[in-house]
Amino acid sequence: MKHEKPLPATGALAAATAMKQAKPDVVAAYPITPQTPIIEAFSKFVANGDVNTELILVESEHSAMSACVGASATGARVMTATAANGLALMSEIVFIAASLRLPIVMNIASRALSGPINIHCDHSDVMLVRDSGWIQVFVENPQEVYDYNLIALKIAENMKIPAMVIQDGFITSHCLEPVRFLPQQVVDNFLGVYNPGNHSLLNPITFGPLDLYDYYFEHKRQQLQALEDSKQVIKQVLKEYNNLAGTNYNIFETYKLEDAELGVVVAGSTAGTLKHVVNVLRDKGVKAGLLKLGFFRPFFQEELKQALKHLKAIAILDRSASFGAFGSAFYNEIKSALYDLPGEKPKVLGYIYGLGGRDFLIQHGFEIFNELQKIATGAEPVFRVRCIGVREG
Amino acid sequence: MNIKQLAEKIGNNSWFAPGHRLCAGCNAGIIAKFVLNFAQFKGYKVITVLATGCLEVATTIFPYTSWKTAYMHNAFENAAATASGIGAALKSLKKKGLLKEDYKIVVFGGDGGTYDIGLQSLSGALERKHEFVYICYDNEAYMNTGIQRSSATPMLASTTTTPSGKVSKGKQQPRKDLIAIAAAHDVYAAQTSVSHLQDFWKKLEKAFNDQPAVLNVLSPCTRGWYFPPDQGIKIAKLAVETNYWPLYEVDHGRWILNYEPKQRKPIIEWLKTQGRFKHLLQPTQENEKLIAQLQEMVDKRFEYIKKLARATSE
Repeated sequence: MKHEKPLPATGALAAATAMKQAKPDVVAAYPITPQTPIIEAFSKFVANGDVNTELILVESEHSAMSACVGASATGARVMTATAANGLALMSEIVFIAASLRLPIVMNIASRALSGPINIHCDHSDVMLVRDSGWIQVFVENPQEVYDYNLIALKIAENMKIPAMVIQDGFITSHCLEPVRFLPQQVVDNFLGVYNPGNHSLLNPITFGPLDLYDYYFEHKRQQLQALEDSKQVIKQVLKEYNNLAGTNYNIFETYKLEDAELGVVVAGSTAGTLKHVVNVLRDKGVKAGLLKLGFFRPFFQEELKQALKHLKAIAILDRSASFGAFGSAFYNEIKSALYDLPGEKPKVLGYIYGLGGRDFLIQHGFEIFNELQKIATGAEPVFRVRCIGVREG
Repeated sequence: MNIKQLAEKIGNNSWFAPGHRLCAGCNAGIIAKFVLNFAQFKGYKVITVLATGCLEVATTIFPYTSWKTAYMHNAFENAAATASGIGAALKSLKKKGLLKEDYKIVVFGGDGGTYDIGLQSLSGALERKHEFVYICYDNEAYMNTGIQRSSATPMLASTTTTPSGKVSKGKQQPRKDLIAIAAAHDVYAAQTSVSHLQDFWKKLEKAFNDQPAVLNVLSPCTRGWYFPPDQGIKIAKLAVETNYWPLYEVDHGRWILNYEPKQRKPIIEWLKTQGRFKHLLQPTQENEKLIAQLQEMVDKRFEYIKKLARATSE
């Protein structure tokens, strides 16, 4: 199916447009920077009658997710958006939404968590809920924001697992780029109407019972399995969407990685900066490559292992801090996935960057590849994990 | 309507099934059953929403449930927000022609889930005018977690977090006025008691016809108030007869006192029925003073409601 001609859109507008085209029954949301333009744009769609959604403008993010849970449990298609402290405030209910198997799709304009208060991008907000049972997918630019909203909704409703689409606050949410939108009819056909089956309050069922030591563990076991099972569905839906939209999406993106010796792993908008760095290095004859994380939950350990195993040295970049831990989330999990590789494994360095919206510069990319080069050629690493782009001492 | 006629209306076959694990003598179960039987009598289709609390944990221990209606428990502090979402979903499904029937949403929360942790969620939902009937079963403390004080706990009551001791005589502050807060949202809000079922029935009639609405129902707790399990209704009745628990309603700003005892009983008679006030009963000078203070508060509060009723009458 051909795209309509590209239109200028920010990540926020791309999210709101995807939401409009998905025709959710209910959106419950509360404003927080930098998510606000998403719900402002969506509110305008509602006010103009472009979408017939019941929009609940709640008094807190906690109530936003609570209302989403109630609506989704009634068999409705439900979407929302938040960021940072808002996500932290609603986090209790984020876990409940997943455990009740409610396929809510939430846009995140990722932003640093307080304190100190900061309104700019990092991934500490979404890392807070990485173990909540939601599907988490990171996107790079407004086009991906749009596409992955539709993809995530289809996966979520198919698996009855909620999903968050994570764009970088301000960097993507407020960045104007050309975006190709699909015709409404194509979106309608792709998404269909949400059918909750019996999983709805329109049946006399008890949602959210007290579940003690005699059953809770079995239910959690089922939830673990559901996330594992979602991997197949994710691949199927990506394939379906690619055929439909002419995109070439995968569970993660590899860029000049196949014959690379040095690789970086990164999520979100910084992938764009690092692709440029890879290009410059390739021109100089350095075998540099990149892996851009898409889905972080579920975690595609086998596929990541296969994609990275041939590298001599890998830098894993985290835009979040895991205080007191040995590196942050991406570093920990990807490095641990590589542990099973037979023989000589790639050497791995961890970098923490961009906290609180600190720019990740091209020079930081060169610095990283330079350090990778050293350890690839036999030098002992002088660190395993370090911060980059920060004033030390 | 006399009590016999009411009993016929209520019937025996309830959407609230027996076999739950509420304590013997618990009044929350009576309240839940009464509300559902009302809805049943009216022929409503009901979705029930519960805040975390005694009623929730004791009636839905997996794989059992006491609820023959659709039932939703989300968390402690968000029953009203959850109801907002359910109501919005019903509206949307109806607009799309995916749903034919009309549903009524009934929310149950204890005083902890209503006066305290759920107050913001309730206020938001009332302000947005989502349609639901909110029933607070008020047992005046966090009974589910073991009798800790809430903002509904009366002054001088001993709880596990405001125990009477050598230097303290229980909770130091008077209780919060939930109905005035609810009424400030320009809705129907009323106070009733599990002991006064005709009054309760009438208020349910009004509430279901004028949503959102909030009912605050006194629900004596045998474990938390320390009284024998067969005394709950009597104690609730005495709360009304002493004017401790006035039966009144606020109908969009119009205050109406529903019942005034011919001769109000002294508060000491009510205090004597419950172990949580035992420390006030030794005849010391200090205790006499404290009880007099309580009496004055009760009388003042009752006069205040009467004044508001006169001032807002048509």
